[in-house]
Amino acid sequence: MILYLFKRILLMIPVLLGITIISFSVMKMAPGDPISLMTDLNPNMNEEAIKRIRAHYGLDQPWHIQYLKWLKNMMALDFGRSFASDNRPVVDKILERIPITLLINVLSMIFILSAAIPIGVISAVKQDSWFDRGASLFVFIGFAVPTFWLALLMMILFGVKLDWLPISGFRSLNYTSLTPLGQIVDVAKHLVMPIFVSAFGGLAGMSRYMRSNMLEVIRQDYITTARAKGLTERVVIFRHALRNALLPVITILGLSVPGLIGGSVIFETIFAIPGMGQLFYQSVMMRDYPTIMGILVIGAVLTLLGNLLADLLYSWADPRIRVTN
Amino acid sequence: MTRLSKNKMAMSGLFIVLILFSTSLFANHLAPYPPSEIDTTRILAPPSLEHPMGTDILGRDVLSRVIFGSGVSLSVGFVAVGISTLIGVVLGAISGYYSGLADRIIMRFVDVMLCFPSFFLILAVIAFVGPSIWNIMVVIGVTSWMGVTRLVRAEFLSIRERDFVQAAIAQGASDFRIIFLHILPNAMAPILVAATLGVASAVLVESGLSFLGIGVQPPDPSWGNMLTEGKDNIEIAWWLSLFPGLAILITVMGYNMLGEGIRDSFDPRLRR
Repeated sequence: MILYLFKRILLMIPVLLGITIISFSVMKMAPGDPISLMTDLNPNMNEEAIKRIRAHYGLDQPWHIQYLKWLKNMMALDFGRSFASDNRPVVDKILERIPITLLINVLSMIFILSAAIPIGVISAVKQDSWFDRGASLFVFIGFAVPTFWLALLMMILFGVKLDWLPISGFRSLNYTSLTPLGQIVDVAKHLVMPIFVSAFGGLAGMSRYMRSNMLEVIRQDYITTARAKGLTERVVIFRHALRNALLPVITILGLSVPGLIGGSVIFETIFAIPGMGQLFYQSVMMRDYPTIMGILVIGAVLTLLGNLLADLLYSWADPRIRVTN
Repeated sequence: MTRLSKNKMAMSGLFIVLILFSTSLFANHLAPYPPSEIDTTRILAPPSLEHPMGTDILGRDVLSRVIFGSGVSLSVGFVAVGISTLIGVVLGAISGYYSGLADRIIMRFVDVMLCFPSFFLILAVIAFVGPSIWNIMVVIGVTSWMGVTRLVRAEFLSIRERDFVQAAIAQGASDFRIIFLHILPNAMAPILVAATLGVASAVLVESGLSFLGIGVQPPDPSWGNMLTEGKDNIEIAWWLSLFPGLAILITVMGYNMLGEGIRDSFDPRLRR
């Protein structure tokens, strides 16, 4: 197991390098460079001053030197300072936003699993029943619904018409004056819609995946054996079939990490939740390049870690993987 | 082909897609009002007989704007998928046909690209190159080729081992001829399926970008940027949010149905 972990981590290094190379190329794609943004509108700029600023930021050097320097800073988690008016170090701005994005993503993953697994299992066991048909229809719609539209509709229904849930923010204005229990309820109320919205697409995909896994497993010989030796249907489905059908779900969870993180831009912006996605959106609108780059790299690294975690979980759950690797 | 025409899902999908095409083609004739005609006497009117989908904050007819918005979704979907399919087929063919070092490099490249949350990557590039409908098409295209590449590679790996390809190699056919005349035509069905489903997701991404204000810029109507107005007036005008989103939903469902229908009728193995 330790050896496997070690191998997996070694394999991550070239991918990490690739991530930095692509991020760096994205940054270099801009017409002109950040300096022209700072200097173009300043009438006091002359050639000499622009040259000095370029040298100060190392922009006068060849690109591979620039890349290596940038890479060195990345390794030290030094993303520079934000162009926004607060001018704070980018890494601080991102780190204070990550917990809330992770919280929502973890909660929506839990929600996806706890809804998709039963839906998938029932659909497979009762194939072609009304439940299965209903679930298929839901899956089809789930794949096609733009999440931000779903968010708007829910805001209109539950926020505006029924007035059950708050439509923006992470906590109410009177948050600090609430009792501890009241604070939890307050945050929970704010998070219901964002979690549901961010989970919706994944929910559709996961329940369909679960259904086809289950259908596959039910056809296996060992299930027929289990039935033949007189086990109850309940034991056959939950003990023998479900456990095997669940294995590949781990991998899919790992693969869904980038989608969830990327989706956070949309729902955090709509619901005004101060997470990493909202910061990214604001940075894009303000052309705050250092922050954009920081979030881009950190988002990719989070994905990589998610995949690593899924691989490790899988190899823990399925010993065959460890042996063949 | 007969199997395809008997597939209900594919045909309903095709029907929706054809309606969309004609809508965007004849937008001028179908729309009851010019899409940018401002009418200050009818600001934020709820749906009525004259304005079946209501009017927006400038008194413009929502139905007409939804009709004109269809063109944006179609063109973005097609150009973006054209780009991603082209990249995917070329890289996948090289990877699957030649194997070896080229294969390893391309596959690592795919792994790396898949690490980026695609929406982050797209937003970052748009932030640097600036928002416009052309940039969006290109950016969506160059950030969504990875699936096609893997798919084409897998097809090439298996088709290359088949007898008729081996025979062509033995006869001394050129690599170019084998790739384009012998292998690629046999890999068309899954590529077509992936491309159709790709259009659906490109439409979704475009609407998301336009919704965030970094896609199609107002006053040009796109379903995404119309929903931004819906959000701004969410407390007073539900119709601004409902109808453009419904148009996106139907479009995406149409492409998904068409794609899945093609898959079912060409690949009986996948039918459950």
